Amino acid sequence: MGAPHLKTLSELAAGLRAREFSSVELARMFLERIERAQGTLNAFISVTRAQALTDAALADRALAAGTGGALTGVPIAHKDLFCTRGVRTTCGSRMLDNFVAPYDATVVANLRRAGAVMLGKTNMDEFAMGSSNETSYYGPVRNPWNPALVPGGSSGGSAAAVAARLVPGATATDTGGSIRQPAALTGITGLKPTYGRVSRYGMVAFASSLDQGGVLAASAADAALMLREMAGFDPNDSTSVDTPVPDYVAELAQPLNGLRIGVLKEFFDTGLDRDNEQRVREALEVYTGLGAELREVSLPNLPLSVPAYYVVAPAECSSNLARYDGVRFGHRCEQPRDLQDLYRRSRGEGFGAEVKRRIMTGTYVLSAGYYDAYYLKAQRVRQLIAADFARAFESVDVLMGPTTPTPAFALGAKTADPITMYLNDIYTIGANLAGLPAVSIPCGFVAALPVGLQIVGPHFGEARILAAAHAFQRATDWHLRVPEGYA
Amino acid sequence: MSGWESVIGLEIHAQLATRSKIFSGSATTYGAPPNVQANLVDLGYPGVLPVLNAAAVRMAVKLGLAIGAQIAPASVFARKNYFYPDLPKGYQISQYELPIVAHGGLDIVLEDGTAKRIGITRAHLEEDAGKSLHEGLPGVSGIDLNRAGTPLVEIVSEPDMRSAKEAVAYMKKVHTLVRYLEICDGNMQEGSFRCDANVSVRKAGARELGTRTETKNLNSFRFVERAINYEIERQIELLASGGKVVQETRLYDPDKGETRSMRSKEEANDYRYFPDPDLLPIKLDAQFIEAVRATLPELPDPKAARFAAQYGLSAYDAGVLTASRELADYYEAAARAVPKEPKLAANWVMGEFAARLNRDGLELAAARVPAAGLGALLLRIADRTISGNIAKEVFEVMWTEGAGADQVIEARGLQQITDSATIERAIDEVMAKNPGQLADYRAGKDKLFGFFVGQVMKTTGGKANPAQLNELLRRKLKG
Repeated sequence: MGAPHLKTLSELAAGLRAREFSSVELARMFLERIERAQGTLNAFISVTRAQALTDAALADRALAAGTGGALTGVPIAHKDLFCTRGVRTTCGSRMLDNFVAPYDATVVANLRRAGAVMLGKTNMDEFAMGSSNETSYYGPVRNPWNPALVPGGSSGGSAAAVAARLVPGATATDTGGSIRQPAALTGITGLKPTYGRVSRYGMVAFASSLDQGGVLAASAADAALMLREMAGFDPNDSTSVDTPVPDYVAELAQPLNGLRIGVLKEFFDTGLDRDNEQRVREALEVYTGLGAELREVSLPNLPLSVPAYYVVAPAECSSNLARYDGVRFGHRCEQPRDLQDLYRRSRGEGFGAEVKRRIMTGTYVLSAGYYDAYYLKAQRVRQLIAADFARAFESVDVLMGPTTPTPAFALGAKTADPITMYLNDIYTIGANLAGLPAVSIPCGFVAALPVGLQIVGPHFGEARILAAAHAFQRATDWHLRVPEGYA
Repeated sequence: MSGWESVIGLEIHAQLATRSKIFSGSATTYGAPPNVQANLVDLGYPGVLPVLNAAAVRMAVKLGLAIGAQIAPASVFARKNYFYPDLPKGYQISQYELPIVAHGGLDIVLEDGTAKRIGITRAHLEEDAGKSLHEGLPGVSGIDLNRAGTPLVEIVSEPDMRSAKEAVAYMKKVHTLVRYLEICDGNMQEGSFRCDANVSVRKAGARELGTRTETKNLNSFRFVERAINYEIERQIELLASGGKVVQETRLYDPDKGETRSMRSKEEANDYRYFPDPDLLPIKLDAQFIEAVRATLPELPDPKAARFAAQYGLSAYDAGVLTASRELADYYEAAARAVPKEPKLAANWVMGEFAARLNRDGLELAAARVPAAGLGALLLRIADRTISGNIAKEVFEVMWTEGAGADQVIEARGLQQITDSATIERAIDEVMAKNPGQLADYRAGKDKLFGFFVGQVMKTTGGKANPAQLNELLRRKLKG
């Protein structure tokens, strides 16, 4: 079988169709890798071995019959906030430790229809709130490049799993950078689509106007393939957009020649690590060499994105998480004295500190007398930022800059001060506030740690940014680097 | 209570007659076993999302057009956040800053017959909550989420009413309207149509409004009237004795006939309204609005005006006959048989027919005599085949036996006698049998005329044409 774990997802799909290996073989091999790495990385919350092997056997039958879909037999993992029928969906929270969804999220159903085989559910920051995967009730995920470091968050489990080649691809979600930041910190490709491109139905909500499901994979080509199968209008999600899904794989071949790249001035600010900046600048040079044209672009309101985000996201979270009240599902305290006691203790015990902090912040900014000063003002800032992006896209095709200010940091390094943790998302939040698609791809190393290049596109410009990412990955091999011990 | 003026505004909740819920595909049928009509969306499960029911939007627009209101080109759903076990998501999806309907009004008729405009500030779409059940469940509370997510339109009036009677007249007006529009079944016992009453009092002539209280969940016209009157008296007594009205939410206890405090303003929730990010704004273009307008039926007020003009009815009769679309339709169908006697048809529909329905406790739809059947009977009165009194007998038989008018008249030989010779023969016979009375009459005892009418009617089995009988009898008795 060679070393199929080093093959990309696209190669695995092709190999399965060519019957080079079976889906059951792949599932067993990746399950073994998952189990072996679990003690070190803690990337998974649930491993669904039995179901995976059953599904893989079914996939093999489909492959034999020639009736498979684009991903038939390909093993994947889902971030543990996508509801999966019959398999618990914890959101990394004690609150949902016992929650088994009676239905599949649309993303899960779409990938199942395409033939993908789920191996398990990945670890994550609690309710997707965090940038280091340290807020998970199930313990932190560790970075495969160095287990003393964080993998980023909130999709830290999916990112670590893909980086360590425990699965060739995984679903993830991005509310303020939760796909791109861990992709950058673990040296893989992470795509956050346009808001509305991927259905949110069955994706447990953190901040509804910002949440977007996406992909973590080894390459842009793999991300394109997974996105094509995941995306599309969903009548169950009013905010999903009814516009055709392009064949992102076919569109990868778009020529780069003449591509106008906006280099985001505000992203090369004083907070950016010098070495990180160097890697990003080198990547931009690669693009110049490929025939693209660089232009400096300024988004003057972008520096306001972190404060605006930390008003809007907590506000929505405070309301979205109100349903976890101990009444119908999730954690319920022992022996409640009365209704108030039931609420207080169920929520007090079920939620961790970061979730509580955001619920309280959100409750505060929506309160009578503060709504205008915080929530409304933040929404206005959001409109300004969206307008900045729209203006920029009048003169450039894509925007580029760093994904994060620094490479991966040590566990515990930022847990004491939430603000320094929040600032880790300074370059990623803008795309969420404006609803734009963005991808992070590995573009080099600083002190043996991967660095991410971020590419932001206009609304529904996934094909364009994926093609740009793909062109880079054809010219470089950063995305093929696998951390020591996992090759 | 002279020297005081009461100021009343109503918030009416009308349950929209959609087949499924406002944001989910669950059925809205009343009376199902607990929680069988609650799906994952209604239960507020993690990951689920609301999808707006277009039928509810059309119904709200229908209402807006019927009250002459502005239909918002873009209206927004907002979340009203509070914790309660029968509110599964921890928030209610409602409309707050941008409701779908604003600035309308309805006219009510005051006791002196004059019309009064009651302004309608807004009407917005929202979902209902579930129900908490405490009876028959010792030690625990039950939650039934069948009602959770049922579409409501909340119709908020201006504080334009000055008495409980006006408030009831307005509420009845809205009740009639929503049933005309077929957007609400109007069933108050089942809670499909209920209201909260905002009441304050002030010194007559004062400009400033007094502090108001809000009495919740009044589900009958009688309760509305009693609760408001109770509140008015309570507030006046308080103020007159130097006290202050506390702004608060109150509950009406129908058994005791009083309102009592539920929670004060200080205890009130801060609902932290904000636009619901799971739902897009409702955007309505002129084409949509005009398409809905085309589905509007003739509305109660224009219909009553038409009845008065076209059928020569009094304003009162026209009002009674147009109180529901079904009754108005019934009247028009029956009256069609007797185009020259619309008043006769009106008297019968409001009199005998309504009384019979009432006696059997039947809804109009279950009437045992259809409009065409009543029309056939009216025709026989109009063409003098039978008298009005005989017609009542015929109607009774039609009602109980389900027979047609002509069939009953024929079978029982009830045709009116209009042949003068036959009537004269009967008169002669009666005169011959009662010489004493005849002598007395002729001596000036005019009162005995009635006696002779009765006797002749008896002889003819009640079938003599009354007008003819009177005329002939008068002539004959003179001698």
